[in-house]
Amino acid sequence: MSYSNTELMVTAAASRLRDDDSVLVGIGVPNLACNLAKRTHAPNLQMIYESGTVGSNPSKLPLSVGDPVLASGAVNVESMMDGFSYYLQGGRIDVGFLGGAQVDKRGNINSTVIGDYDDPTVRLPGSGGACEIAANVERTIIIAPHQEQRFPEEVDFVTSPGFVEGGREEKGLRGGPEAVITDKAIMAFDDGEMYVDSLHPGVTRAEVADATGWDVDFADDVTETPPPTDDELAIIREDLDPDGVYLD
Amino acid sequence: MGNTTSMQAAISSAVDDGDSIYLAGFTHMIPFAAGHEIIRQGVEDLEVIRATPDLVYDQLIAAGCVSKATFSWAGNPGVGSLRAFRRAVEEGVPNELELEEYTHFGLTARLHAGAVDLPFVPLRTFAGSDLPEHNENIRTVKSPFSEEEVYAVPPLNPDVAVVRAQRADASGNAHVWGISGEQKEAAFAAETVVLSVEEVVDEDVIRSDPNRTLYTEDVVDYVVEEPYGSHPSYAQGYYDRDNDAYLEWDEVSKSHDGIEEWLDEYVYGVENRREYVEKLSSERLLDLQGGNDYAVPIDMGSY
Repeated sequence: MSYSNTELMVTAAASRLRDDDSVLVGIGVPNLACNLAKRTHAPNLQMIYESGTVGSNPSKLPLSVGDPVLASGAVNVESMMDGFSYYLQGGRIDVGFLGGAQVDKRGNINSTVIGDYDDPTVRLPGSGGACEIAANVERTIIIAPHQEQRFPEEVDFVTSPGFVEGGREEKGLRGGPEAVITDKAIMAFDDGEMYVDSLHPGVTRAEVADATGWDVDFADDVTETPPPTDDELAIIREDLDPDGVYLD
Repeated sequence: MGNTTSMQAAISSAVDDGDSIYLAGFTHMIPFAAGHEIIRQGVEDLEVIRATPDLVYDQLIAAGCVSKATFSWAGNPGVGSLRAFRRAVEEGVPNELELEEYTHFGLTARLHAGAVDLPFVPLRTFAGSDLPEHNENIRTVKSPFSEEEVYAVPPLNPDVAVVRAQRADASGNAHVWGISGEQKEAAFAAETVVLSVEEVVDEDVIRSDPNRTLYTEDVVDYVVEEPYGSHPSYAQGYYDRDNDAYLEWDEVSKSHDGIEEWLDEYVYGVENRREYVEKLSSERLLDLQGGNDYAVPIDMGSY
């Protein structure tokens, strides 16, 4: 079956989730990936949203992290203070999904400004909970379109810390970025620096190198990202996103 | 003892030029009716504060009511940018906008410190981020018990908070269900609190389920019964988010002129929330009604 880039990103993200994971989900690809994982290999995966809903089991695609469908049928709805304190800072969340306007080679993410902070070219939404998600979860999965301007060697502004200078542990940060899933490849980190781990089917090394703002390394044994299976595509298209909102 | 009044009277009495205001809520139960009343009354030079400024802050900014925004995530949730917010920051239209920026936890922790009267609250957020460089209210503090250093933020006590609830008694004891965000912290931190509710109910209704009460009359100064007071955001169990309105705002706000036309029709052109609701078609409001999904009653016992 043919598939879209987004569908591949969803299945690649889902494959990184484990059955006992507690995941801080986001809207779009992360939400679809978690729901797919729950319906396949990770039925016990617990979905938590930044809005404080714990154990969400959305019956339809949420429009935002504050959608009522995330509160209905959840096991708990925490206030922001309690959600960020007890669950996130308390170390009870394994995986967090993050995106941003820029991601750099050390996994730092910028969702604040393009250009100078005080006189920005583009004012972006800001951190929200992204900074504390990056700081407190054990494994961060970053999702971003693969374009040169989105992957500079250094971000214009560090909103959410990756492998920062001086070391994460020394700064009191847990875990760190585990993978970066783009529409061209999956990157991983070695010694705090991003490298290409697998190429999506039909994507060349040159295409990825051209779309990355530094001289990116490739794994010695670069593999091909497994394409979505027919079963996965059927679940995504029939159950998770029947209107095709995210799957163009 | 009742504190119920109209939104017009509550805002007129509670909000002054130059105030810091917190229209609370994380996507859920955003006090749109209060925001529109502030615009109608032509209040100026406000510091608007909220973790998640959204359309109603975009409207206040475009209407020229705002000189400063304190926030952690400014966007149209699930849709994209806040265009008026960006126009003010990037182009100074309709006026320059000072920013004070946090993360969700950082700003909520400030409210918490304000609500419980502490000089600061420590938190593990901000390490490795560039945010502290640009905000002198984000500092480090050494633990009095170890060598560890953590970040800290000072208390925040807004002049006025507007908070919402599904239902409250006439004194302001309020039941909230669904996503509560930072509403409780905002209510307890603010000097003056306007509580806007879908329904005013008998005190017995509140007393039948005290665990559902988010704020008590101790912190509430004005109670306003304002059905659909959160449209186009939602009130769990009452109406869903009007997503078309969020998508429409993305179009309307592409130009400052577009927003002015919208404000003329939906804010300046109506006297109050009732007239605003009457402008929305009944078909549109019916579309926002979900089915019923009742919680199983609990037994408080009889003692």
